[in-house]
Amino acid sequence: MSVKLLLEKAHVEGIRTYEVYRREGGYRAAEKALKTMSPEAIVDEVKKSGLRGRGGAGFPTGMKWSFIAKPEGVPRHLVCNADESEPGTFKDRYLMEFLPHLLIEGLIISSFALGSNATYIYIRGEYAWIPDILEQAINEAKANGWLGKNILGTGFDLEIYVQRGAGAYICGEETALIESLEGKRGNPRIKPPFPAVKGVWDRPTVVNNVESLAAVVPIINIGGDEYAKIGVGKSTGTKLISACGNINKPGVYEIDMTISVEDFIYSDEYCGGIKNGKRLKACIPGGSSVPILPANLLLKTAKGETRYMNYESLSDGGFATGSMMGSGGFIVLDEDQCVVKNTFTLARFYRHESCGQCSPCREGTGWMEKILKKIDSGKGSMTDIDLLWDIQRKIEGNTICPLGDAAAWPIAAAIRHFRDEFEWHVKNPEECLVRNYGLAGYADPRPIPA
Amino acid sequence: MKVLTEAGLNKVKEIVARYPEGKQKSALIPVLHLAQDEKGWLSADTMDYVASLLQLEPIEVYEVATFYSMFHLKPVGTYLFEVCQTGPCMVSGADDIINYIQQRLGINVGETTPDGLFTLKTVECLGACGYAPMMQLGKHYREHLTKQRVDEIIEECRLKAGVLN
Repeated sequence: MSVKLLLEKAHVEGIRTYEVYRREGGYRAAEKALKTMSPEAIVDEVKKSGLRGRGGAGFPTGMKWSFIAKPEGVPRHLVCNADESEPGTFKDRYLMEFLPHLLIEGLIISSFALGSNATYIYIRGEYAWIPDILEQAINEAKANGWLGKNILGTGFDLEIYVQRGAGAYICGEETALIESLEGKRGNPRIKPPFPAVKGVWDRPTVVNNVESLAAVVPIINIGGDEYAKIGVGKSTGTKLISACGNINKPGVYEIDMTISVEDFIYSDEYCGGIKNGKRLKACIPGGSSVPILPANLLLKTAKGETRYMNYESLSDGGFATGSMMGSGGFIVLDEDQCVVKNTFTLARFYRHESCGQCSPCREGTGWMEKILKKIDSGKGSMTDIDLLWDIQRKIEGNTICPLGDAAAWPIAAAIRHFRDEFEWHVKNPEECLVRNYGLAGYADPRPIPA
Repeated sequence: MKVLTEAGLNKVKEIVARYPEGKQKSALIPVLHLAQDEKGWLSADTMDYVASLLQLEPIEVYEVATFYSMFHLKPVGTYLFEVCQTGPCMVSGADDIINYIQQRLGINVGETTPDGLFTLKTVECLGACGYAPMMQLGKHYREHLTKQRVDEIIEECRLKAGVLN
């Protein structure tokens, strides 16, 4: 059993309520932080913990906090990014649905550290039932003196508001989120200025993912140094992984980042192996934007070393032979899945979600979708594969925000590792409509269970 | 002209109070949700009304309403089936579910049944990948969809609408 810092109490009956959460040791960290620590000391503790942003980019949270500008007389804001929309990712939803008070406690401590008196939770609009759960938790926290004016007699005031989005993946990008929070279209801003200087309503703003803010609670409880001892290298603490696709036990798991990918997929504690006794073909280990890997490169690095579920190991080999930890959206494909079709659905997703501001992304995502649809339906040519490669290369790095890169990477990786499958579609226009390419050379080394 | 109910208007006031003075534009998306919940969809009249409530130009409302996929600019059926078709749902059998719903309701994706009861839409990832295939129905998700579950959901909606035959 690995260490559980976030989900330890997830299955305690009634943990959604203040009473039970408090009885189980909740709000101890908030009490400790507000009564015995200065805002600077909290920032230091988070820095020491080595916590990296859990939304996907992996930027050190403590460092992000230390960038916030503090001009005299200008209010600052903390914004919690609950826009979770990366295909394969559903961990923040789990945290908010089952442990709302953990997030609220994390927000209280973080708001105190950053000097935010009005903190906003921006949640994707489709999670329409969750604001009720969060608002219930906010009301309970307020009734018990953890929110409002002069919290615990410290002179610190805080209100937390829940704001729903309305269906736009791009609003998970922090500047698009800020635009949306201001009541505008979710068009990302050009940086600099960074939100830490000019964010919502031009005020200094920090935007952090739900899981990152929840992790502040155990960091304060056990101390940054202790937190940093869990995990390995720069992958400190625990990470939530949302596992899905063709596995026996899809769901949200908390790992301490020392477990191997193979154990994560096959052990009964986690994914429980591939569904229906099939074999592993490929996996997108960190949400749809990160490179897809064939089984052989997923379980072992190109150097033949065991691959582990952490930031460094998953990206070992760069994009040539590695992938990324990303948001922790772990999508497993079995031998019956078609990589061309899967890549097509992702291309369609990015075309749908492109905000349209930058031409390479607006036009390129549409092209990629059309070409992939063509190849998937047996109407492609060999030059289409090269054209696809060319388009993704021209999007990457040429847009205001990372959505362009996020749209390009999965397509580049699919061609890089599964080019023969694309070619098979072109060469077998009839057959590709009735059967899938299968495993070819991508088989996982494990034998099929009897 | 009052387009929203008294309760709705009170809620608008409460929402506007969440933001700093003069930043009431931030209330736009929440207020559009509220208006859509009351009206079923966002007509030009409704959007103009929202603009006047928040002291915005109508164009500021239109540009937002057209950007976000959850806002309906045309009427939709009483029960809107929004079925996810992105990668993780696709590998878990979303295509079969979409085809089955089309067949059961006798409509294509994007269409509404002649009785105005059901609209079928496909949507992109809703964050329920581990519980795929899935759809959104109103405020909630319906997950682990099978043909049988789809049948049950359709019956449940028909019962609610009081037109069970």
